[in-house]
Amino acid sequence: MSSLMFHARKKALLLGALLAAGLVAGCEFPPQESTQSGYRGTGMSQITNKAKAEAIAFANSIPEVQPEADETGPKASEVYQNVKVLGHLSEGQFLRVMSAMTEWVAPEQGCAYCHNVENMADDSMYTKIVSRRMIEMTRTINTTWKPHVAETGVTCYTCHRGQPVPANIWFSQKDHIAAGSAADNKGHNTPAPNASYSSLPRDAFTPLLASAGQIRVIGKDALSTDAPGESIATTERTYSLMMHMSTGLGVNCTFCHNTRAFAEWDQSPPQRVTAWHGIRMVQGLNATYLEPLKSTYPTARLGPEGDAPKANCATCHQGVSKPLGGVSMLKDYIKELSAPPR
Amino acid sequence: MDYQNIFTRVQVRGPAYAGVAPTDVGAFPRSKDSLFFYWAGKLGDAQIGPIYLGYTGIASLVCGIIAFEIIGLNMLASVNWDFVQFIRQLFWLGLEPPAPKYGLSIPPLAEGGWWLMAGMFLTASIMLWWLRMYRRARQLGMGTHVAWAFAAAIWLYLVLGFIRPILMGSWSEAVPFGIFPHLDWTAAFSIRYGNLFYNPFHALSIVFLYGSVLLFAMHAATILAVGRYGGEREIEQIVDRGTASERAALFWRWTMGFNATMESIHRWAWWFAVLCPLTGGIGILLTGTVVDNWYLWAVNHGVAPAYPMPVPAVLDPAMTGGAR
Repeated sequence: MSSLMFHARKKALLLGALLAAGLVAGCEFPPQESTQSGYRGTGMSQITNKAKAEAIAFANSIPEVQPEADETGPKASEVYQNVKVLGHLSEGQFLRVMSAMTEWVAPEQGCAYCHNVENMADDSMYTKIVSRRMIEMTRTINTTWKPHVAETGVTCYTCHRGQPVPANIWFSQKDHIAAGSAADNKGHNTPAPNASYSSLPRDAFTPLLASAGQIRVIGKDALSTDAPGESIATTERTYSLMMHMSTGLGVNCTFCHNTRAFAEWDQSPPQRVTAWHGIRMVQGLNATYLEPLKSTYPTARLGPEGDAPKANCATCHQGVSKPLGGVSMLKDYIKELSAPPR
Repeated sequence: MDYQNIFTRVQVRGPAYAGVAPTDVGAFPRSKDSLFFYWAGKLGDAQIGPIYLGYTGIASLVCGIIAFEIIGLNMLASVNWDFVQFIRQLFWLGLEPPAPKYGLSIPPLAEGGWWLMAGMFLTASIMLWWLRMYRRARQLGMGTHVAWAFAAAIWLYLVLGFIRPILMGSWSEAVPFGIFPHLDWTAAFSIRYGNLFYNPFHALSIVFLYGSVLLFAMHAATILAVGRYGGEREIEQIVDRGTASERAALFWRWTMGFNATMESIHRWAWWFAVLCPLTGGIGILLTGTVVDNWYLWAVNHGVAPAYPMPVPAVLDPAMTGGAR
């Protein structure tokens, strides 16, 4: 009898230990460090994990700068045929940025990833058409979106990191999974990788980032008015986008918001303004540059709903609040990747 | 020692005690048999049964099972009838209310009709169970305190899923079924209405919630502590105070200067428990119908404190016009 009891106890202990292990299996290994970022007692703080710092630093290491090129001499447009967006550069500068782009985007595939090596001027490869548009996009970011990217700017490497297709891109996802007359889950209620594996909407990007979307949902007045406010459904969509921003930048809600009043600008840290411009930038880039490339891509590069790959916050940020640790790679390629001289 | 205390963990096995037979039995009489279950005896009485469900109990169970099946089968359909994924994703799966465009109309099944139907059967099940609880108490000659305490919880349930959605003019305002989905709803609800922590009725509800926990701990600890003096005979001691009662009272007078009585502590506990969903329900009912942003409401009423913010102050870039 007592040995039976002993076994029962042992089993209960084992079961308890398993349950306890299961409960913490999704947690991050300590120690975390908390840095106060606002007035005392308000919970304004950033949580970081030292154990992750090394991996983050490695992922954000900067490739070596290409040797300086001669600015003088004939223009690229005079030396080569069909140079449309980099024609104002000298031949040396042109070759320099081509080498840099190869290293940033297609280090293994080389020139042949975008060029027909028999005839470099040939436009038959879609990758070349896309690259040309991406150079224009990079210039737009570096000139008109300074409220977001400041003087740090971006290069191809900010997103590509040595891969022809950036690691963090998004496609539209089908709303409905179930078949027949079963309930439509409205794109929620399944682990959503884009929303921190919550059950929030899986695809908040299509309504909110593909073009200008309604992100603000919180009541503007203390008391209710006759005008219908935003629904809980649209609130969950915004919530999903905010979870993406949090994980995409590796920050807490309190990086941009005072969580006692998410909507109030006079309660917010200044980072929220930078993020506001970032959201508008991504909406603009997706609508003007990325989605219109749909007809250029082969079908294999399109999403399950037939849309072009698009950008969100993680495309550049890749888990850190300042992409590449805030190091400006642009300063070494300012002539090539900022606006061409008029 | 255990057996000397009437508050005992020793399981004494006598013949099953059937108790008073219900007098209003119809077509569904009380079951004849009882059984003893050792592990149930660890938590309470080891005797299970005899069970009496009656019309209301059976109707409640049928409605409850229908609601449970509607929710469960829709969840299963949402993972393409894959049982492995059903178990894996169970906490994420849910059944959503209709979209805002349907208002208070009856939507197609796939567009929230199943949600409405599940809600209807679940509500019927809960109401029937309440009726059964009320009638059983009356039949046993008891007061109906348990039924009214349950009614307080039903009030909160009805506010969330029925009364407030009707006042807002849309079923889409109601809570989805599902573990994480209803938690996400709760967080989104608080955010949408400018932080529910500034809702005074939410605050009261939390006071009564934590207060209930505190009272429960204090009362249970006190009675366990005087169990060796017969303290568990609380009701007798209301009229005939014994040494257990004296010691318990003295203990609290010594530690906090005041003591509840054997009688009043149960009223304290009942009211704290009942006021938790009552005040919470009022708080939910006012949200969106009267108050649209609880933070701004709290600022207007001097509830939200002001404290130093970063300088210079941040302005809404959409308002300043200088931004793209």
